[in-house]
Amino acid sequence: MLSNLLHTNTMWVMTSTMILGIAAGGIGCLAYWKKQNLMSDALSHAALPGVVVAFFIIQEKNLLLLVIGAAISALLGAFLIQWITNTSRITEDTAMGMILSVFYGGGVMLLAIANRSAGGNQSGLNSFIYGQAAAMVRSDVITMMVLASIVIFIIFIAFKEWKLFLFDASFAKGIGLSVRGMNVLYTTVLVTTIVIGIQAVGVILMAAMLIIPAVSARYWTHSFKMMIILSSVVGGISGAAGTWISSTGSGLPTGPFIVLVSATIFVLSLLFGKEKGIIIRFIQFKIQQRSSKEDYPLTAGKGGSQ
Amino acid sequence: MTYTMWIILTASLVGLSCGLIGVYLILKKQAMMADAISHTVLLGIVSAYLVTQQMTGTAMLVGGILAGLLTAFLVQSLNNLKVQHDASLGIVFTTLFAIGVILISTSVGNVHLDVQHALMGEITFVPFATIDIPLIGAVPKATALLGLVLIVVIFFIIAFYKEWKITSFDPALAASIGIPVVFFHYLFMTLVSITTVASFDAVGAILVVAMLITPAAAAYLWTDKLVVMLFLSGGFGVLSAITGYWVATWLDTSISGSMAFATGCIFFISFIFSPKHGLISKWVRPAGVSEEQGI
Repeated sequence: MLSNLLHTNTMWVMTSTMILGIAAGGIGCLAYWKKQNLMSDALSHAALPGVVVAFFIIQEKNLLLLVIGAAISALLGAFLIQWITNTSRITEDTAMGMILSVFYGGGVMLLAIANRSAGGNQSGLNSFIYGQAAAMVRSDVITMMVLASIVIFIIFIAFKEWKLFLFDASFAKGIGLSVRGMNVLYTTVLVTTIVIGIQAVGVILMAAMLIIPAVSARYWTHSFKMMIILSSVVGGISGAAGTWISSTGSGLPTGPFIVLVSATIFVLSLLFGKEKGIIIRFIQFKIQQRSSKEDYPLTAGKGGSQ
Repeated sequence: MTYTMWIILTASLVGLSCGLIGVYLILKKQAMMADAISHTVLLGIVSAYLVTQQMTGTAMLVGGILAGLLTAFLVQSLNNLKVQHDASLGIVFTTLFAIGVILISTSVGNVHLDVQHALMGEITFVPFATIDIPLIGAVPKATALLGLVLIVVIFFIIAFYKEWKITSFDPALAASIGIPVVFFHYLFMTLVSITTVASFDAVGAILVVAMLITPAAAAYLWTDKLVVMLFLSGGFGVLSAITGYWVATWLDTSISGSMAFATGCIFFISFIFSPKHGLISKWVRPAGVSEEQGI
């Protein structure tokens, strides 16, 4: 196991999934408070046709260009979801479901053509889509790390602005912050994180990397700043630990293990979380029950003596 | 029946049963639940395979139903614990899906299942695995299963038509007049699960979402009547299944992908041209007028 860990490629991949986890955890908090948790799911699926079209055009697997293709197609998806929701009586979740599946269907169509014509299978296009972090080469890792670091930087540098944007948009407008600009920035950062993550964990499980750390962090703190930090930590740990577990056996997929690690952290947070965790709430409930019995012995004795 | 006819029949059955179920998904605002269940059904099928060591229709159906109900139950429980609804959906389905993928890649060892097949479906293989049904003769397994599921779906829709209508449009009223809303919720989730499982072979996990949601959303733009919407949605489903098949053979590409894409095209046409809610009609008729007339 240790030799596995020291294997340089594994180290590289682990570092990159860790940084990816940190970025996804941070941006996941923003998505959580914008109540757009499933948007990440829709956008990661909507990225598929872009990846395939980019591959068609350049005929090789260059991560940066594939990421750009994916980003364009995901942004188009985001725009269509907004447009359909705003101009018709279709609700947002329906629009997301439609865009997700129809874009994905288009992507699958194109992918079948790509696999037939240009030897797309050998070029690792499939592993790009289903997520196989171990298949990443060094240049992929560097591209991913640079992009993820930019995302992390944007989240932390504009922390105060994010806070205003999420919790008091009208005040933000009042002090001259462009809410529209923030929205564009938010969508761009979200899409960037999603498309660089697809390579490591795959189209389907990318949503988990954004949603689960944020919700887990919510159980430990009421402060937005702490939530972002904790969520990034959870994301980083699950990224690194998941990659490590999947590297211990041959043919183990990376993405599912990352998700499983973060799901474990979520269950632990749900149970033991300092704020609103199940056990804490149960204890508080018991204490309250006891104190109310002391305060009103007669009524409590009648009603609560099961 | 020829090979092509079987494929078209199978695809149409998928379109029809998904279209019918989809109407209620849209009206209940649970479109993303379909997405979640279509992913977790994978875990159900893998578990059924691990338990029975064979891929029979019954085992798959039972596994799929259990996985679907488990998903609905977990989402509901997390939601009761004050986790945002869509966040709980996201957590539950990704985790269960991840477990499914891990099980496939470790223990099942590509015997009869691989993730790609499960996600994309392979309708071209459907006619090869047949079973004998009395009176009719040899029928592809997947087609027979779909036929059975369609009958079940239609039966439940007709039998509880009024109940579905009230629980979809006004759950509070339904509860107050004594309709068991929770029971109907889980019954509905069961129907979604069996439709998904039956469509699995033909269109795969993700694209069944397109077949479930998109025709119904398109139909929603054309009409305000539930009966009309059911017929339209089923019709759109069949139409996109058949067009999808022809486009796919023409371009020599994935049939399921092209079927999903066809549903998107039908929706887009409805989105632009629908007489009541389309873009053009909104543009032609000023907003104030329609409000005054109460349309």
